[in-house]
This record gives sequence, structure tokens and C-alpha cells, in this order.
Amino acid sequence: MSDMDSPMTPKEKELHKFIMIEKQKAQINAQIHGFNDICWEKCIGKPGKKLDRNTEACLKNCVDRFIDTSLLIAQRFTQMVQKRDAHNK
Amino acid sequence: MADVSNEEIMSQMKQQMALANAQGQLSKMTGKCFKACIAQPGTSLNASEQRCISQCVDRFMDVWDLVARTYGNRLQREEELEKPYEKTGMF
Repeated sequence: MSDMDSPMTPKEKELHKFIMIEKQKAQINAQIHGFNDICWEKCIGKPGKKLDRNTEACLKNCVDRFIDTSLLIAQRFTQMVQKRDAHNK
Repeated sequence: MADVSNEEIMSQMKQQMALANAQGQLSKMTGKCFKACIAQPGTSLNASEQRCISQCVDRFMDVWDLVARTYGNRLQREEELEKPYEKTGMF
């Protein structure tokens, strides 16, 4: 069994790289699962024979606006924490 | 223990990831479609409910593809703009 502190063999390096990539893919998939949940609720009433133009637009907007919301919240939260830190010094 | 090749490991991992993803989709699909199509649970699924469920499965996959594409496009746009794509884990 290899010592965790020693440098990786080429075989281990390859596997490590693969795992990192799969981990990223899994995170993206998890996001998509999340979006599907939220945007289905926002945009799909009763499923029809196909997705009409309005529904498609709703779904696209839903994903983009949700991302915008997340970015804005991250920004505000960061500012808030910085302000609080500065105040407490 | 016999020496396992990376190829075997990677292939198995990919299969497991795909399986987990599909199971997640199935589970979500069932929830959404039951909610959308079965108003009052009866003693069996009537023809109209069955049709609704069939359509719902198709629409769910349509929605999935569209959402995945939209997200992919957005990720690309963010990268091109060289905006700090904040890995906050929030989106």
C-alpha cells in the first residue's frame, strides 16, 4: 500500500486527474438537477405534446436568472462579511 | 489481489456516475409527473392519466436537455467574458 505522502506514480496521476474531472462533471450534473427542479416548477404547468416557445423562453430565463441571483447573493454576502469584519477590528 | 487497470476503474466509475444520474432523473420525473398528472388518485390509472404520464416523461427529458444546454452556454459565456466565475458552490 503506498504511502500517502510519497509522489504519485504515473498510473495514480492518471487516475487522480480522471477523478478530478469526473468530480467536476458530477458537480455540473448536480446543478442541472437543481435547475430542473426549480425551473419545472416555475415554467411547466401540465405537460403538453411538446415544449412551446413561451415555455422554452421561460426555462432559458429561469436558468440564467437563477445564476444571476446566485452571483448577486454571493457578492452581497461577501460585502456584508467584509463590512462586518472591518467594523469588528 | 490482481492488478486492476486504470481503464477498468475509469470505465466502472463512468458507469456508476451515469447510473446514479439516471436514477436521479427517474426519481425526479416520477415526482413531477405524479404531481402533474394524478389529481385524485383512484383505484387505477385511467387512460387520460396514462397519456399524461407518457407525455410528461417526454417533456421532462426535453426540459432536461434545454436546461443542460442553457447552463452549458452560460458557463461558456462566463468564461469568455473572463468574469470571475465564482466557485462559491452556490450555483
